[in-house]
Amino acid sequence: MTAISDSPFRAANQYIGKSLPRPGAKRLLAGRGRYTDDIVVPRMLYAAFWRSPFAHARLGAISIEAAAAMPGVHRVFIGADFAAICKPWVGTLSHFAGMKSAPQLPLATEKVLWAGHPIAMVIAETRAQAEDALEAIEVELDELEPVVDIDAAQLPDSTLVYEEAGSNVIFRTRIESGSTASAFEDAEVVEAEFRFGRHTAVTMELRSILADYDPSDGRLTVHQSTQTPYQFHDIYARHFGLSEAHVRVVAPDVGGSFGMKLHLYHEDMAVVGASILTGRPVKFTADRMESFLTDIHARDHRVRARLAISADGMFRGIEVDDVTGVGPFSAYPRTSVVEGNQVVRLIGAAYRLKDYRADLTVVAQNKTQMSQYRAVGHPIACAVTERLVDLAGARVGLDPFEIRRRNYVTQDMYPHKTPSGYSFERLSLEECLDKLHEAMDYEALRKDQARLREAGIHRGIGIATYVEITNPSPAFYGVGGAHISAQDGCVLKVTSSGGIQCLISLSELGQGAEAIVGQIVAEGVGINPNLVRVITGDTDMTPVGGATWACRGAGIGGETALQASKKLKGRILEIAGAILQCSPGKLDISDGQILDQGGNIRMSLGELANLAYFRSDLLPKGIQPELTVAHHYAPSGYPFAFTNGIHGSLVEVDVETGFVKILKHWVIEDCGRILNPLLVDEQIRGGVVQGLGAAFFEECLYSKSGQLLNGSMADYLVPMACEMPDIVIGHVETPTQDTELGAKGCGEAGTAAASGAALNAVNDALSPFKASITQLPMTPERILKALRVV
Amino acid sequence: MSEQVSITVKVNGSIVRRMVEPRLTLLDFLRRDLGLTGTHAGCEMGACGACLVSLEGRAVHSCLMLAVQADDLSVETIEGLSENGSIADLQAAFFERNALQCGYCTPGVLITARDCLSTGGVPSRDEIRDALSGNYCRCTGYEAIVDAIEVVARMRAANAEGSK
Repeated sequence: MTAISDSPFRAANQYIGKSLPRPGAKRLLAGRGRYTDDIVVPRMLYAAFWRSPFAHARLGAISIEAAAAMPGVHRVFIGADFAAICKPWVGTLSHFAGMKSAPQLPLATEKVLWAGHPIAMVIAETRAQAEDALEAIEVELDELEPVVDIDAAQLPDSTLVYEEAGSNVIFRTRIESGSTASAFEDAEVVEAEFRFGRHTAVTMELRSILADYDPSDGRLTVHQSTQTPYQFHDIYARHFGLSEAHVRVVAPDVGGSFGMKLHLYHEDMAVVGASILTGRPVKFTADRMESFLTDIHARDHRVRARLAISADGMFRGIEVDDVTGVGPFSAYPRTSVVEGNQVVRLIGAAYRLKDYRADLTVVAQNKTQMSQYRAVGHPIACAVTERLVDLAGARVGLDPFEIRRRNYVTQDMYPHKTPSGYSFERLSLEECLDKLHEAMDYEALRKDQARLREAGIHRGIGIATYVEITNPSPAFYGVGGAHISAQDGCVLKVTSSGGIQCLISLSELGQGAEAIVGQIVAEGVGINPNLVRVITGDTDMTPVGGATWACRGAGIGGETALQASKKLKGRILEIAGAILQCSPGKLDISDGQILDQGGNIRMSLGELANLAYFRSDLLPKGIQPELTVAHHYAPSGYPFAFTNGIHGSLVEVDVETGFVKILKHWVIEDCGRILNPLLVDEQIRGGVVQGLGAAFFEECLYSKSGQLLNGSMADYLVPMACEMPDIVIGHVETPTQDTELGAKGCGEAGTAAASGAALNAVNDALSPFKASITQLPMTPERILKALRVV
Repeated sequence: MSEQVSITVKVNGSIVRRMVEPRLTLLDFLRRDLGLTGTHAGCEMGACGACLVSLEGRAVHSCLMLAVQADDLSVETIEGLSENGSIADLQAAFFERNALQCGYCTPGVLITARDCLSTGGVPSRDEIRDALSGNYCRCTGYEAIVDAIEVVARMRAANAEGSK
């Protein structure tokens, strides 16, 4: 890739595209991270919650007197206390026409909606004392029939989760393009019913919040483990009627988020409310069981889908029916229908198709709320599509690579619009397919497979193409009325010795946002990245912006930083030109030195800053000592910058035990311009492993009465090091022309297709047995059932 | 909420004496009473490894131990191991290889890595993965962690060979 700068000295300042380690990582390696729960402030109190043991119940009398009298207890709050100061939140957006969701308050007031719903809150000197006092609270609960199953929930006589909605279906939509009826006429048809289990983020750092309301000047400061400080800044101000100018939200180090920490939780609002009502700092950190009961869950879909093909393996049409259970209400402020919406819009997206029909039904139930988690909707769309594609290949006798090659959207078709309405600027489907074929040494794998099958060893090879939504414009949330910013802001300041402070609205969750921004600014201005300090995650310091989610950090935040750094460079050269009495256009900056066209050092940035800040009397007349610039950038071209790629999976299935050994995984991905290959690769690897977790291990299991059965890290399985393979990664770069930087997102590419590739690989291994599996996770029991062993 | 008891623990080389409730975990004692927040709570049931510390030279889950059980014993945390330089090569290798993202599991992973390499020799990748099976990481996918530990094992082995 070429450098961003057209400077003749660019080689000395080329940092974009380099594998540089992350500046903040050494601190974390030394145990000097500062996560929210690490923060202790004077007068701080601790919160603990009394939670509903039932999934659905009418709330009666609550007795708190005994608890309030316990040692160390300051206050015990119930729903009515917060209802008086907090405006309820409703998780609907206007661009999802007709959707309904029950208004929510910090603590339950009339009904409890899921097992874990907070009912009362104890504020005490220590967490232990607060938990002791929970034992003394008595709550009358009149148990109601829980709504659990997605089919039963839709029956006319079903109990209603939200009576006012009149139905448990809170959103329904149909996408229709062309005529699937004619496409399916006289066609070969492959079809399947898929089940995708609920799973959850299991961030290593538990959700944590510390709210400090100072009644003397009406200021609220919230430290919170979140990826979206400005979103919460807006929510706390609006819902508690505070002046936004007096609200500050800080995200310190965040120990994993994956989309889970950008939703509003009841506990967050209760902690803020408790701080307002007590005038004391109040901290709450979830324990792991609370985390399983209250962190958003993800997926939970039943998808029936069928694909019509012609005899030569060309796709003719797809029909889809997705029913998804989202818990008792739609999450705030992003809603719980985005996941399903993306499922029905992404299915089949990589292929040439005109005739497409998809139905989405979003169902309320008395389980934990379900909402956006890493790769929202993508793994479902990918697994459904790619399984159908393999079935189609098998039907007409085409190899998985060949059937994809025949049906992909091709290079001559861009810009391309999918039947579901997405616009692709340019993808690299065929190139990625070819690269994967080579990387896997596919022919050799097939030979090995055949040889081992004879020895009773059953290996499977699976591939899965993905198309991924990145760099979202306001079309994603803003148009529906959400106060969620699609733009980012960046302020750059030259320090007095010639370093740069960069304040940017992105957030750092460990993925390396600060590192890539530092690289961009260093290259854009022409200084060493070690002299750039990037500051994120504090609404008192950074400009307003969207932060880090939906694969937008590199593409949108990165472009913001690039344009800000060019603006700053222009400003520096303007001042330098005035001092040196030459045209700024004849000067350049390299490694912090201001050079003339001959490459001679004329002055350092440090000298210039020193003059500007301390000896402005020496500046030429009319030159202001202004070395701070601000820049905001919002995508205005394509509504989304689509990326693409393909995964390969090699597994070995023990047909006697149902256990699967994941032998190897490959990813060829195209995220546009790569800003830091080291960080991209590790994002992909981490994403793949989360995808493999969904494929083989992770599932929130519920009883018929709506009780979560496996809410601990011993019972809920996440991938461990010994179960995971080495992951081979290759790249194709198709930069977006919408920005100068050309970057798209890469954070979800790993998760998007890992489970789809694994599903195809396991089915490939099972094919000699005429067995098939269409349910994730693919547990040993389900594999044995597919094999008709149990 | 029984009476507090006095304990004396050697923490990162220094003797500390404190009055603690018998129910206080070693994890909370380190984090809350001593401000050593590099040790993290993850699952509070000994599954995830975020809370690992070195007790008398062996990796233990500080979430599964009571502070009173550490009376008269020696505990080393990530802060102590960082300050005494004994895992500086591991930390450097993790940094170069980007073998961490959010960093929350990292102190526990480093304690395991230290244990894994304490017997000398170069473990296989499978052996390293096996050793890490009690450390959950949700960000990295583990490969970079395995790479970093492998690099240090080889480096240490080469150094040991060189000094013979």
